[in-house]
Amino acid sequence: MRPNDRRYTETHEWAKIEGEMIVVGITDHAVQALSNGNIDDLVYCDLPESGLQIEAGQTFGEIESVKAVSDLNAPVGGEVADVNAAIEDHLEVLSKDPWGAGWMIKIKPQSKNLDHLMDAKKYEEFLAAQAH
Amino acid sequence: MQTAPAAIQRTPLHDVHVALSAKLVEFGGWMMPVQYGPILDEVRTVRSTAGLFDLSHMGRVVVRGKDRVAYLDRICTNHVAKIPQGSIRYSLFCKDDGMPIDDLLVYQGVDEVFLCVNASNTAVDLAWMREHAKGFDVSIEDQTQALAMIAVQGQESGAILQPFCTGLELAKLGYYKFGFGAVCGIEGMRVSRTGYTGELGYELYVPRERVVEVWNAVLAAGAPRGLRPIGLGARDTLRLEAGMPLYGHEIDATHDPVSAGLSFGVSFAPEKGDWIGKSALAAIAATPRWKLVGLETEGPRVPRQGHGVAIDGALVGAVASGSVSPTLDTNIGTAFVPASVDEARAKVEIDIKGKRQEASFRALPFYSRTRK
Repeated sequence: MRPNDRRYTETHEWAKIEGEMIVVGITDHAVQALSNGNIDDLVYCDLPESGLQIEAGQTFGEIESVKAVSDLNAPVGGEVADVNAAIEDHLEVLSKDPWGAGWMIKIKPQSKNLDHLMDAKKYEEFLAAQAH
Repeated sequence: MQTAPAAIQRTPLHDVHVALSAKLVEFGGWMMPVQYGPILDEVRTVRSTAGLFDLSHMGRVVVRGKDRVAYLDRICTNHVAKIPQGSIRYSLFCKDDGMPIDDLLVYQGVDEVFLCVNASNTAVDLAWMREHAKGFDVSIEDQTQALAMIAVQGQESGAILQPFCTGLELAKLGYYKFGFGAVCGIEGMRVSRTGYTGELGYELYVPRERVVEVWNAVLAAGAPRGLRPIGLGARDTLRLEAGMPLYGHEIDATHDPVSAGLSFGVSFAPEKGDWIGKSALAAIAATPRWKLVGLETEGPRVPRQGHGVAIDGALVGAVASGSVSPTLDTNIGTAFVPASVDEARAKVEIDIKGKRQEASFRALPFYSRTRK
Protein backbone atom coordinates (compact mmCIF):
# COMPACT_ATOMS: atom_id res chain seq x y z
CA MET A 1 0.00 0.00 0.00
CA ARG A 2 1.24 3.47 -0.86
CA PRO A 3 1.38 6.21 1.80
CA ASN A 4 -2.06 7.22 3.05
CA ASP A 5 -0.90 10.63 4.28
CA ARG A 6 -1.33 12.21 0.85
CA ARG A 7 -3.53 12.27 -2.26
CA TYR A 8 -2.88 11.15 -5.84
CA THR A 9 -3.61 12.31 -9.40
CA GLU A 10 -4.46 10.17 -12.42
CA THR A 11 -1.18 11.36 -13.97
CA HIS A 12 0.74 9.84 -11.04
CA GLU A 13 1.67 12.90 -9.00
CA TRP A 14 1.17 12.92 -5.26
CA ALA A 15 0.21 15.92 -3.08
CA LYS A 16 0.72 16.16 0.68
CA ILE A 17 -0.29 18.89 3.10
CA GLU A 18 2.68 20.20 5.09
CA GLY A 19 1.75 23.21 7.20
CA GLU A 20 0.63 25.97 4.83
CA MET A 21 2.17 24.19 1.84
CA ILE A 22 1.26 21.37 -0.53
CA VAL A 23 4.30 19.21 -1.29
CA VAL A 24 4.25 17.58 -4.74
CA GLY A 25 6.13 14.63 -6.17
CA ILE A 26 5.60 11.66 -8.48
CA THR A 27 4.72 8.13 -7.46
CA ASP A 28 6.86 5.01 -7.59
CA HIS A 29 4.58 3.83 -10.41
CA ALA A 30 5.45 6.92 -12.48
CA VAL A 31 9.17 6.37 -11.89
CA GLN A 32 8.87 2.70 -12.84
CA ALA A 33 6.90 3.46 -16.01
CA LEU A 34 9.36 6.14 -17.12
CA SER A 35 12.53 4.21 -16.37
CA ASN A 36 11.32 0.66 -17.02
CA GLY A 37 12.96 -0.25 -13.76
CA ASN A 38 16.34 1.03 -14.89
CA ILE A 39 17.09 4.32 -13.18
CA ASP A 40 19.81 5.19 -15.71
CA ASP A 41 16.98 5.52 -18.24
CA LEU A 42 15.97 8.81 -16.58
CA VAL A 43 18.00 11.58 -18.14
CA TYR A 44 16.52 14.92 -17.14
CA CYS A 45 14.05 16.66 -14.89
CA ASP A 46 13.01 20.22 -15.60
CA LEU A 47 11.46 22.03 -12.63
CA PRO A 48 10.08 25.60 -12.50
CA GLU A 49 11.43 28.64 -10.67
CA SER A 50 9.93 29.66 -7.35
CA GLY A 51 7.24 32.29 -7.78
CA LEU A 52 5.50 30.64 -10.74
CA GLN A 53 1.71 30.86 -10.54
CA ILE A 54 0.04 27.64 -11.64
CA GLU A 55 -3.46 26.30 -12.02
CA ALA A 56 -4.51 22.83 -10.96
CA GLY A 57 -3.77 20.41 -13.80
CA GLN A 58 -1.29 22.76 -15.44
CA THR A 59 2.18 21.54 -16.41
CA PHE A 60 4.88 22.72 -14.00
CA GLY A 61 7.79 20.76 -15.44
CA GLU A 62 8.99 17.84 -17.51
CA ILE A 63 10.72 14.59 -16.80
CA GLU A 64 12.64 12.91 -19.57
CA SER A 65 13.70 9.32 -20.02
CA VAL A 66 15.77 7.76 -22.77
CA LYS A 67 12.77 7.40 -25.07
CA ALA A 68 10.10 9.78 -23.80
CA VAL A 69 9.29 13.12 -22.23
CA SER A 70 6.42 13.36 -19.73
CA ASP A 71 4.71 16.42 -18.31
CA LEU A 72 4.59 17.03 -14.57
CA ASN A 73 1.12 18.32 -13.64
CA ALA A 74 0.17 20.44 -10.66
CA PRO A 75 -2.36 18.70 -8.39
CA VAL A 76 -3.51 22.07 -7.00
CA GLY A 77 -3.32 25.69 -8.06
CA GLY A 78 -1.23 28.31 -6.33
CA GLU A 79 2.26 29.73 -6.23
CA VAL A 80 5.40 27.61 -6.46
CA ALA A 81 7.10 28.46 -3.16
CA ASP A 82 10.03 26.03 -3.15
CA VAL A 83 11.75 23.73 -5.65
CA ASN A 84 13.87 20.65 -4.98
CA ALA A 85 16.56 21.63 -7.48
CA ALA A 86 18.86 18.85 -6.23
CA ILE A 87 16.75 16.35 -8.20
CA GLU A 88 18.00 17.69 -11.51
CA ASP A 89 21.49 16.34 -10.79
CA HIS A 90 20.39 13.35 -8.72
CA LEU A 91 17.56 11.65 -10.56
CA GLU A 92 18.28 8.43 -8.65
CA VAL A 93 16.55 9.95 -5.62
CA LEU A 94 13.26 9.52 -7.50
CA SER A 95 13.57 5.76 -7.38
CA LYS A 96 15.21 5.55 -3.95
CA ASP A 97 12.73 7.76 -2.11
CA PRO A 98 9.87 9.04 -4.29
CA TRP A 99 7.74 9.79 -1.20
CA GLY A 100 10.28 11.86 0.73
CA ALA A 101 13.62 13.08 -0.63
CA GLY A 102 12.19 12.89 -4.16
CA TRP A 103 9.69 15.72 -3.59
CA MET A 104 9.69 18.19 -6.50
CA ILE A 105 7.92 21.42 -5.58
CA LYS A 106 6.03 23.04 -2.70
CA ILE A 107 2.95 25.00 -3.67
CA LYS A 108 1.42 27.78 -1.57
CA PRO A 109 -2.12 26.82 -2.53
CA GLN A 110 -5.23 28.84 -3.18
CA SER A 111 -6.97 26.17 -1.12
CA LYS A 112 -5.63 23.28 0.93
CA ASN A 113 -8.57 21.12 -0.10
CA LEU A 114 -7.39 17.90 -1.76
CA ASP A 115 -10.78 16.24 -2.03
CA HIS A 116 -10.64 16.28 -5.84
CA LEU A 117 -7.70 13.85 -5.71
CA MET A 118 -7.60 10.09 -5.04
CA ASP A 119 -6.66 8.65 -1.66
CA ALA A 120 -4.19 5.75 -1.52
CA LYS A 121 -6.90 3.11 -1.76
CA LYS A 122 -8.51 4.74 -4.80
CA TYR A 123 -5.10 5.20 -6.45
CA GLU A 124 -4.35 1.49 -5.99
CA GLU A 125 -7.68 0.66 -7.59
CA PHE A 126 -6.96 3.12 -10.41
CA LEU A 127 -3.59 1.44 -11.10
CA ALA A 128 -5.16 -2.01 -10.99
CA ALA A 129 -7.83 -0.93 -13.47
CA GLN A 130 -5.17 0.57 -15.78
CA ALA A 131 -3.19 -2.65 -15.79
CA HIS A 132 -6.10 -4.41 -17.55
CA MET B 1 -13.92 8.02 -47.51
CA GLN B 2 -14.34 6.30 -44.19
CA THR B 3 -12.11 3.34 -43.46
CA ALA B 4 -12.32 1.20 -40.36
CA PRO B 5 -9.20 1.35 -38.22
CA ALA B 6 -7.05 -1.64 -39.07
CA ALA B 7 -6.59 -4.19 -36.32
CA ILE B 8 -3.16 -4.13 -34.74
CA GLN B 9 -1.17 -7.05 -36.12
CA ARG B 10 1.07 -9.43 -34.23
CA THR B 11 4.21 -10.96 -35.66
CA PRO B 12 4.62 -14.75 -35.51
CA LEU B 13 7.17 -14.13 -32.73
CA HIS B 14 4.66 -12.33 -30.49
CA ASP B 15 4.43 -15.07 -27.86
CA VAL B 16 8.22 -15.37 -27.82
CA HIS B 17 8.54 -11.66 -27.01
CA VAL B 18 5.95 -11.97 -24.25
CA ALA B 19 7.84 -14.93 -22.79
CA LEU B 20 11.04 -12.83 -22.89
CA SER B 21 9.21 -10.12 -20.85
CA ALA B 22 9.52 -7.57 -23.63
CA LYS B 23 7.74 -4.26 -23.33
CA LEU B 24 5.42 -4.25 -26.35
CA VAL B 25 4.12 -1.14 -28.10
CA GLU B 26 2.13 -0.43 -31.23
CA PHE B 27 4.43 0.57 -34.09
CA GLY B 28 3.39 0.95 -37.72
CA GLY B 29 0.24 -1.06 -37.12
CA TRP B 30 2.04 -3.90 -35.32
CA MET B 31 2.61 -4.83 -31.68
CA MET B 32 6.39 -4.79 -31.45
CA PRO B 33 8.98 -5.23 -28.70
CA VAL B 34 10.40 -1.80 -27.86
CA GLN B 35 12.82 -3.26 -25.32
CA TYR B 36 13.57 -6.47 -23.43
CA GLY B 37 15.79 -4.73 -20.87
CA PRO B 38 17.38 -1.30 -20.53
CA ILE B 39 17.51 0.33 -23.98
CA LEU B 40 21.03 1.69 -23.59
CA ASP B 41 22.32 -1.75 -22.60
CA GLU B 42 20.73 -3.17 -25.73
CA VAL B 43 22.57 -0.59 -27.85
CA ARG B 44 25.86 -1.53 -26.16
CA THR B 45 25.18 -5.23 -26.77
CA VAL B 46 24.85 -4.72 -30.52
CA ARG B 47 27.99 -2.55 -30.62
CA SER B 48 30.05 -5.05 -28.61
CA THR B 49 28.72 -8.53 -29.47
CA ALA B 50 25.46 -9.09 -31.35
CA GLY B 51 21.70 -8.59 -31.20
CA LEU B 52 18.71 -10.47 -32.55
CA PHE B 53 15.81 -8.45 -33.96
CA ASP B 54 12.26 -9.33 -35.01
CA LEU B 55 11.60 -7.28 -38.16
CA SER B 56 8.49 -9.14 -39.26
CA HIS B 57 6.55 -5.88 -39.28
CA MET B 58 8.50 -4.67 -42.33
CA GLY B 59 6.72 -4.97 -45.68
CA ARG B 60 8.01 -7.58 -48.15
CA VAL B 61 7.00 -7.38 -51.80
CA VAL B 62 8.06 -9.36 -54.88
CA VAL B 63 7.82 -7.87 -58.38
CA ARG B 64 7.90 -10.27 -61.32
CA GLY B 65 7.28 -10.01 -65.05
CA LYS B 66 9.33 -8.96 -68.04
CA ASP B 67 8.83 -5.22 -67.46
CA ARG B 68 9.73 -5.36 -63.75
CA VAL B 69 12.96 -3.37 -64.05
CA ALA B 70 11.52 -0.70 -66.37
CA TYR B 71 8.50 -0.43 -64.10
CA LEU B 72 10.59 -0.08 -60.94
CA ASP B 73 12.83 2.47 -62.67
CA ARG B 74 9.66 4.51 -63.22
CA ILE B 75 8.62 4.54 -59.52
CA CYS B 76 11.99 4.25 -57.73
CA THR B 77 14.46 7.08 -57.25
CA ASN B 78 17.49 4.83 -57.68
CA HIS B 79 18.59 3.24 -60.96
CA VAL B 80 17.20 -0.29 -60.73
CA ALA B 81 18.54 -1.45 -64.12
CA LYS B 82 22.07 -0.79 -62.88
CA ILE B 83 21.78 -2.98 -59.78
CA PRO B 84 23.80 -6.17 -60.39
CA GLN B 85 22.10 -9.48 -59.76
CA GLY B 86 22.60 -10.46 -56.12
CA SER B 87 23.02 -6.85 -55.04
CA ILE B 88 20.82 -4.50 -53.02
CA ARG B 89 20.39 -0.74 -53.27
CA TYR B 90 18.68 1.88 -51.15
CA SER B 91 15.88 3.72 -52.96
CA LEU B 92 12.73 5.72 -52.34
CA PHE B 93 9.26 6.01 -53.82
CA CYS B 94 8.48 9.68 -54.32
CA LYS B 95 5.48 11.60 -55.59
CA ASP B 96 5.65 14.08 -58.45
CA ASP B 97 6.65 16.81 -56.01
CA GLY B 98 9.73 14.80 -54.99
CA MET B 99 8.38 14.07 -51.52
CA PRO B 100 8.80 10.48 -50.36
CA ILE B 101 6.02 7.97 -49.90
CA ASP B 102 8.55 5.58 -48.39
CA ASP B 103 12.14 4.40 -48.52
CA LEU B 104 13.07 0.82 -49.27
CA LEU B 105 15.71 -1.74 -50.16
CA VAL B 106 15.69 -3.18 -53.69
CA TYR B 107 17.05 -6.72 -54.19
CA GLN B 108 17.92 -7.54 -57.83
CA GLY B 109 17.12 -11.23 -58.36
CA VAL B 110 17.42 -13.44 -61.41
CA ASP B 111 13.78 -13.28 -62.46
CA GLU B 112 12.28 -11.10 -59.76
CA VAL B 113 12.96 -7.96 -57.78
CA PHE B 114 12.37 -8.15 -54.06
CA LEU B 115 11.53 -5.05 -52.03
CA CYS B 116 11.66 -4.45 -48.29
CA VAL B 117 9.57 -1.44 -47.21
CA ASN B 118 8.49 0.19 -43.96
CA ALA B 119 5.71 -1.36 -41.89
CA SER B 120 3.76 1.86 -41.51
CA ASN B 121 3.78 2.50 -45.27
CA THR B 122 3.27 -1.00 -46.67
CA ALA B 123 -0.40 -0.53 -47.56
CA VAL B 124 0.24 2.88 -49.14
CA ASP B 125 3.24 1.50 -51.05
CA LEU B 126 1.23 -1.41 -52.45
CA ALA B 127 -1.59 0.89 -53.55
CA TRP B 128 0.93 3.24 -55.19
CA MET B 129 2.71 0.36 -56.90
CA ARG B 130 -0.53 -1.11 -58.27
CA GLU B 131 -1.75 2.28 -59.43
CA HIS B 132 1.42 2.80 -61.47
CA ALA B 133 1.68 -0.74 -62.82
CA LYS B 134 -0.78 -0.05 -65.65
CA GLY B 135 0.84 -0.58 -69.02
CA PHE B 136 3.69 -2.67 -67.60
CA ASP B 137 3.89 -6.47 -67.77
CA VAL B 138 4.45 -6.99 -64.05
CA SER B 139 2.93 -8.85 -61.15
CA ILE B 140 3.13 -7.57 -57.59
CA GLU B 141 2.96 -10.02 -54.72
CA ASP B 142 2.74 -8.96 -51.10
CA GLN B 143 4.74 -11.52 -49.09
CA THR B 144 4.51 -9.67 -45.77
CA GLN B 145 2.35 -12.36 -44.19
CA ALA B 146 3.99 -15.40 -45.80
CA LEU B 147 7.51 -14.36 -44.80
CA ALA B 148 8.74 -13.31 -41.40
CA MET B 149 12.00 -11.41 -41.01
CA ILE B 150 14.72 -11.44 -38.39
CA ALA B 151 18.13 -9.78 -38.20
CA VAL B 152 21.35 -10.64 -36.43
CA GLN B 153 23.52 -7.53 -36.09
CA GLY B 154 26.93 -7.05 -34.54
CA GLN B 155 30.48 -8.24 -34.93
CA GLU B 156 29.62 -11.77 -33.71
CA SER B 157 26.72 -12.15 -36.17
CA GLY B 158 28.60 -14.14 -38.82
CA ALA B 159 30.13 -16.54 -36.31
CA ILE B 160 26.74 -17.10 -34.71
CA LEU B 161 24.80 -17.66 -37.94
CA GLN B 162 27.28 -19.57 -40.11
CA PRO B 163 26.88 -22.95 -38.34
CA PHE B 164 23.16 -22.85 -39.21
CA CYS B 165 23.82 -22.26 -42.91
CA THR B 166 24.28 -24.84 -45.67
CA GLY B 167 25.34 -23.72 -49.12
CA LEU B 168 25.84 -20.17 -47.94
CA GLU B 169 29.19 -18.75 -46.91
CA LEU B 170 28.39 -15.60 -44.97
CA ALA B 171 31.98 -14.35 -44.84
CA LYS B 172 31.93 -14.17 -48.65
CA LEU B 173 28.69 -12.21 -48.78
CA GLY B 174 29.62 -8.59 -49.46
CA TYR B 175 27.94 -5.54 -47.96
CA TYR B 176 24.49 -5.01 -49.52
CA LYS B 177 24.64 -8.42 -51.24
CA PHE B 178 22.24 -11.31 -50.76
CA GLY B 179 22.18 -15.03 -51.36
CA PHE B 180 20.01 -18.08 -50.86
CA GLY B 181 20.78 -21.20 -48.88
CA ALA B 182 19.49 -23.54 -46.24
CA VAL B 183 19.28 -22.06 -42.75
CA CYS B 184 18.29 -24.41 -39.92
CA GLY B 185 17.55 -26.91 -42.67
CA ILE B 186 15.01 -24.59 -44.32
CA GLU B 187 15.86 -24.57 -48.03
CA GLY B 188 16.01 -21.48 -50.21
CA MET B 189 16.10 -18.88 -47.49
CA ARG B 190 16.97 -15.33 -48.53
CA VAL B 191 19.85 -13.90 -46.45
CA SER B 192 21.21 -10.40 -47.00
CA ARG B 193 24.16 -8.56 -45.53
CA THR B 194 22.13 -5.53 -44.60
CA GLY B 195 20.92 -3.89 -41.44
CA TYR B 196 19.97 -0.74 -39.66
CA THR B 197 22.68 -0.59 -37.02
CA GLY B 198 25.96 0.29 -38.70
CA GLU B 199 27.41 -3.08 -37.66
CA LEU B 200 28.29 -6.23 -39.55
CA GLY B 201 24.98 -8.02 -39.78
CA TYR B 202 22.51 -10.13 -41.68
CA GLU B 203 18.80 -10.05 -42.36
CA LEU B 204 16.95 -13.32 -42.86
CA TYR B 205 13.60 -13.83 -44.60
CA VAL B 206 12.05 -16.83 -42.92
CA PRO B 207 8.84 -18.71 -43.78
CA ARG B 208 6.30 -17.51 -41.22
CA GLU B 209 5.63 -20.95 -39.77
CA ARG B 210 9.33 -21.63 -39.15
CA VAL B 211 10.50 -18.34 -37.65
CA VAL B 212 9.96 -19.24 -33.98
CA GLU B 213 12.15 -22.29 -34.45
CA VAL B 214 14.90 -20.27 -36.19
CA TRP B 215 14.74 -17.47 -33.57
CA ASN B 216 15.02 -19.89 -30.66
CA ALA B 217 17.85 -21.88 -32.23
CA VAL B 218 19.90 -18.79 -33.12
CA LEU B 219 19.31 -17.15 -29.73
CA ALA B 220 20.31 -20.28 -27.81
CA ALA B 221 23.44 -20.83 -29.90
CA GLY B 222 24.42 -17.16 -29.86
CA ALA B 223 23.86 -16.46 -26.18
CA PRO B 224 27.34 -17.68 -25.13
CA ARG B 225 28.79 -15.15 -27.60
CA GLY B 226 26.69 -12.38 -26.08
CA LEU B 227 23.71 -12.45 -28.44
CA ARG B 228 20.59 -10.91 -26.90
CA PRO B 229 17.16 -9.98 -28.27
CA ILE B 230 17.02 -6.26 -29.08
CA GLY B 231 13.94 -4.05 -29.32
CA LEU B 232 12.94 -1.19 -31.57
CA GLY B 233 14.04 1.40 -29.00
CA ALA B 234 17.69 0.41 -29.31
CA ARG B 235 17.27 -0.08 -33.05
CA ASP B 236 16.26 3.57 -33.39
CA THR B 237 19.35 4.72 -31.49
CA LEU B 238 21.61 2.38 -33.46
CA ARG B 239 20.32 3.65 -36.80
CA LEU B 240 20.64 7.28 -35.71
CA GLU B 241 24.22 6.77 -34.53
CA ALA B 242 24.94 5.16 -37.91
CA GLY B 243 23.40 8.15 -39.74
CA MET B 244 20.55 6.19 -41.31
CA PRO B 245 17.22 7.89 -42.05
CA LEU B 246 13.85 6.88 -40.63
CA TYR B 247 10.63 7.60 -42.52
CA GLY B 248 8.61 10.10 -40.50
CA HIS B 249 11.79 11.78 -39.25
CA GLU B 250 14.49 12.55 -41.85
CA ILE B 251 12.11 11.91 -44.76
CA ASP B 252 8.36 12.19 -45.07
CA ALA B 253 5.69 13.95 -47.12
CA THR B 254 7.41 17.31 -46.50
CA HIS B 255 11.09 16.28 -46.28
CA ASP B 256 12.71 15.24 -49.56
CA PRO B 257 15.63 12.81 -49.88
CA VAL B 258 18.06 15.27 -51.48
CA SER B 259 17.84 17.71 -48.55
CA ALA B 260 18.12 14.73 -46.19
CA GLY B 261 21.51 13.82 -47.67
CA LEU B 262 20.22 10.69 -49.42
CA SER B 263 21.34 11.56 -52.96
CA PHE B 264 23.16 8.22 -53.12
CA GLY B 265 19.67 6.72 -53.45
CA VAL B 266 18.58 9.11 -56.22
CA SER B 267 19.71 8.72 -59.83
CA PHE B 268 19.45 11.41 -62.47
CA ALA B 269 21.29 9.19 -65.01
CA PRO B 270 19.84 9.75 -68.52
CA GLU B 271 19.65 5.96 -69.10
CA LYS B 272 17.16 5.67 -66.25
CA GLY B 273 14.74 7.77 -68.25
CA ASP B 274 11.97 9.76 -66.67
CA TRP B 275 10.65 8.75 -63.26
CA ILE B 276 8.13 10.04 -60.77
CA GLY B 277 9.58 12.95 -58.83
CA LYS B 278 12.68 13.36 -61.00
CA SER B 279 12.20 16.94 -62.15
CA ALA B 280 11.17 18.14 -58.69
CA LEU B 281 14.20 16.52 -57.06
CA ALA B 282 16.52 17.79 -59.78
CA ALA B 283 15.30 21.33 -59.04
CA ILE B 284 15.90 20.83 -55.31
CA ALA B 285 19.38 19.44 -55.99
CA ALA B 286 20.17 22.48 -58.18
CA THR B 287 19.15 25.02 -55.54
CA PRO B 288 18.87 23.31 -52.16
CA ARG B 289 17.10 25.26 -49.42
CA TRP B 290 17.62 22.82 -46.56
CA LYS B 291 20.23 20.40 -45.39
CA LEU B 292 20.34 17.70 -42.74
CA VAL B 293 23.04 18.17 -40.11
CA GLY B 294 24.22 16.21 -37.11
CA LEU B 295 24.02 17.82 -33.66
CA GLU B 296 25.51 17.00 -30.31
CA THR B 297 24.18 18.70 -27.19
CA GLU B 298 26.28 20.32 -24.50
CA GLY B 299 23.68 19.76 -21.77
CA PRO B 300 21.55 17.01 -20.31
CA ARG B 301 18.53 17.42 -22.55
CA VAL B 302 18.01 15.08 -25.46
CA PRO B 303 17.11 16.54 -28.85
CA ARG B 304 13.63 15.39 -29.86
CA GLN B 305 11.75 15.57 -33.13
CA GLY B 306 10.03 18.94 -33.36
CA HIS B 307 12.41 20.86 -31.11
CA GLY B 308 13.48 24.10 -32.72
CA VAL B 309 17.03 24.79 -33.88
CA ALA B 310 18.47 28.28 -33.48
CA ILE B 311 21.38 29.44 -35.61
CA ASP B 312 23.21 32.48 -34.22
CA GLY B 313 20.17 33.08 -32.04
CA ALA B 314 17.49 32.92 -34.73
CA LEU B 315 15.00 30.06 -34.76
CA VAL B 316 15.35 28.71 -38.30
CA GLY B 317 15.45 24.90 -38.15
CA ALA B 318 13.96 21.82 -36.54
CA VAL B 319 15.18 18.58 -35.01
CA ALA B 320 14.31 15.47 -37.04
CA SER B 321 15.56 12.73 -34.68
CA GLY B 322 17.31 12.59 -31.35
CA SER B 323 18.58 10.13 -28.81
CA VAL B 324 20.86 9.49 -25.93
CA SER B 325 23.92 7.91 -27.55
CA PRO B 326 25.67 5.40 -25.30
CA THR B 327 28.26 4.76 -28.01
CA LEU B 328 29.32 8.40 -28.21
CA ASP B 329 28.47 9.11 -24.57
CA THR B 330 26.49 12.22 -25.42
CA ASN B 331 23.08 13.24 -26.73
CA ILE B 332 22.78 13.37 -30.51
CA GLY B 333 20.27 14.41 -33.10
CA THR B 334 19.68 15.23 -36.72
CA ALA B 335 18.17 18.53 -37.76
CA PHE B 336 17.12 20.43 -40.86
CA VAL B 337 18.73 23.86 -41.15
CA PRO B 338 18.94 26.28 -44.09
CA ALA B 339 21.43 25.07 -46.70
CA SER B 340 23.34 28.36 -46.34
CA VAL B 341 24.36 27.67 -42.71
CA ASP B 342 28.14 27.53 -42.30
CA GLU B 343 28.71 24.74 -39.81
CA ALA B 344 32.28 25.79 -39.15
CA ARG B 345 31.22 29.21 -37.86
CA ALA B 346 27.57 29.18 -36.84
CA LYS B 347 26.49 28.97 -33.22
CA VAL B 348 23.77 26.36 -32.84
CA GLU B 349 21.27 25.85 -30.03
CA ILE B 350 18.30 23.56 -29.53
CA ASP B 351 15.09 25.28 -28.51
CA ILE B 352 13.00 23.20 -26.12
CA LYS B 353 9.71 24.98 -25.48
CA GLY B 354 11.50 28.30 -25.46
CA LYS B 355 14.49 27.15 -23.41
CA ARG B 356 17.75 27.14 -25.30
CA GLN B 357 20.37 24.45 -24.91
CA GLU B 358 23.82 24.79 -26.41
CA ALA B 359 24.74 22.30 -29.09
CA SER B 360 27.45 21.78 -31.66
CA PHE B 361 27.55 20.43 -35.19
CA ARG B 362 28.86 16.96 -35.69
CA ALA B 363 29.60 15.19 -38.96
CA LEU B 364 27.20 12.46 -40.09
CA PRO B 365 27.30 9.56 -39.55
CA PHE B 366 27.94 9.91 -35.83
CA TYR B 367 29.32 6.38 -35.75
CA SER B 368 31.11 4.28 -38.34
CA ARG B 369 32.36 0.78 -37.64
CA THR B 370 35.09 1.09 -40.23
CA ARG B 371 36.15 4.61 -39.19
CA LYS B 372 36.50 4.11 -35.44
